[in-house]
Amino acid sequence: MSRGAASRGAMSGGAVSEGVATAGASPATDALPFNARGVAAIYKFEMARFRRTLLQSLVAPIVSTALYFVVFGSAIGSRISTVHGVSYGAFIVPGLLMLSVLTESLANASFGIYMPKFTGTIYELLSAPVSSLEIVLGYVGAAVSKSLLLGALILGTASLFVPIRVLHPAWMIAFLVLTSASFSLCGFILGVWARSFEQLQFAPMLVVTPLTFLGGAFYSIDMLPHAWRTVTLFNPIVYLISGFRWSFYGSADVALGVSVASTGAFLALCLALIVWIFRTGYRLKN
Amino acid sequence: MTAALSISRLTKTYASGLQALKDVDLEIPRGEIFALLGPNGAGKTTLINIVCGIVTPSGGRVLADGYDVLRQYRAARRLIGLVPQELSTDMFETVRHTVQYSRELFGCRRDPALLERLLRDLSLWDKRNDRIMTLSGGMKRRVMIAKALAHEPRILFLDEPTAGVDVELRRDMWQLVRGLREREVTIVLTTHYIEEAEEMADRVGVINHGSLILVEEKRRLMKQLGRKELTLHLSEPLRAIPEALSDWRLTLSADGTEIQYRFDSVSEHSDIPALLRRIGELGIGFKDLNTRQSSLEEIFVGLVGRRAAASAERDVALSTEER
Repeated sequence: MSRGAASRGAMSGGAVSEGVATAGASPATDALPFNARGVAAIYKFEMARFRRTLLQSLVAPIVSTALYFVVFGSAIGSRISTVHGVSYGAFIVPGLLMLSVLTESLANASFGIYMPKFTGTIYELLSAPVSSLEIVLGYVGAAVSKSLLLGALILGTASLFVPIRVLHPAWMIAFLVLTSASFSLCGFILGVWARSFEQLQFAPMLVVTPLTFLGGAFYSIDMLPHAWRTVTLFNPIVYLISGFRWSFYGSADVALGVSVASTGAFLALCLALIVWIFRTGYRLKN
Repeated sequence: MTAALSISRLTKTYASGLQALKDVDLEIPRGEIFALLGPNGAGKTTLINIVCGIVTPSGGRVLADGYDVLRQYRAARRLIGLVPQELSTDMFETVRHTVQYSRELFGCRRDPALLERLLRDLSLWDKRNDRIMTLSGGMKRRVMIAKALAHEPRILFLDEPTAGVDVELRRDMWQLVRGLREREVTIVLTTHYIEEAEEMADRVGVINHGSLILVEEKRRLMKQLGRKELTLHLSEPLRAIPEALSDWRLTLSADGTEIQYRFDSVSEHSDIPALLRRIGELGIGFKDLNTRQSSLEEIFVGLVGRRAAASAERDVALSTEER
């Protein structure tokens, strides 16, 4: 279609998508209301970055997890017989998995969007015909993919140390996907908010990791004194780990429904914040 | 015919309170090369960033080929390419991948033939598999241009494209811009190098303190505002300008060997033949003469300077009234 016709299409009150369909100067530009190629470009770019930093993104978390098994599983586990009828080594697997998935989701997504801000290449993202939803899909999709891959590898590593059974595999996958998606979204928000590498490290180091350690990753909250147990219930990570552990062994610190609702609520909160960020251009467009 | 770019009542006030743009109106027809000049902090980059979607405007409207850059941002942005001022690239990526990424980000299919042509045109083909971090500054600038052209934009913004680049790249860039103009690409250029605007632009806009103070065809601008200077190289030095030449505003060089006559090319009646006749009658011999027209840079400096002086005068008048 000619450019003149393109303009007429848009001017004659056609839908915006019609304008998109014809506006491109090149016949090679398809124009759909959804820029799938743009999303794929961001996703592939992020995955390429992941491949370039495999040592940091994949090997380091796996080595750390293996060390946790050696220290907690073997050294401390030998003094604890079972927890909720599960050997201590096996009991900590869901918590450890969650710890890695949470921190990696947060780190990957936050770094992914922070780096273009830091290097200045954000200009290209903001000037491209990609919607805020598409930008989030690209970055968060890549961060979730990395986290799931990491989760699978950690599960594989754990199975070398302890026998693992998964009673509810569908729930286990659902929890893993929901958690990595929520924390990747949270990481995206963090990356947009951060103005320095120090701020970027703040949430993973000083908020998420302590909360995960105190959220029942290595123990059941039933093992705590009553007062501390009540305090722990204010920690949102407790619900994630509890639900995830239930999918493995069928036992939980809190009811499954509460765990699912908490994860969903966290996801909704992150989504709402991202919508606000793109509507206002907070720390992106001003 | 729809203008390539139509800007009306565009304003931008940053959170800090800085008013970067004040009611800017501008229309740029298709295929034009428009040079936007202005001192640092005048609002050039803010204007470009608003059109490209990088900065949110406080008010006003921008249409790119008839598409509203806010409401129909997909259609509008597909048409626009931007070479920003800063060398912002992903240092760890290869040249080929980063240009490919830009094309796909704009929703275009992969086109290896186009990619090759683009990289060859910009002398980047041999470097296609090199990481950007290994390239020189000039080469990085070429990569930025390749990225901006990867989706075949119809409107190209070049924000200080030749800042800090060598002569060779500057010439290549000018050649590239001329080639794009032949394909009817509209180009908006901001530059500190006035000779660049003088060399390439069809029209010139001057922006200062967020206001577009002038938009004029380059030739007409130079004709209207350009000053001309006639210099006579005398055979014998003079001690002073003779009284008989007082009708013309002449100056004598310190050594008395040159007479200079400055005049506005349009507004002032120069009457050079009469001057030369009179000089001949007075027996003043000259061995050579030449004329020179003021450059766009001198015009620009003069314009901005006059505005600043007028603004200062207004401020003084206001403060006097207040007292």
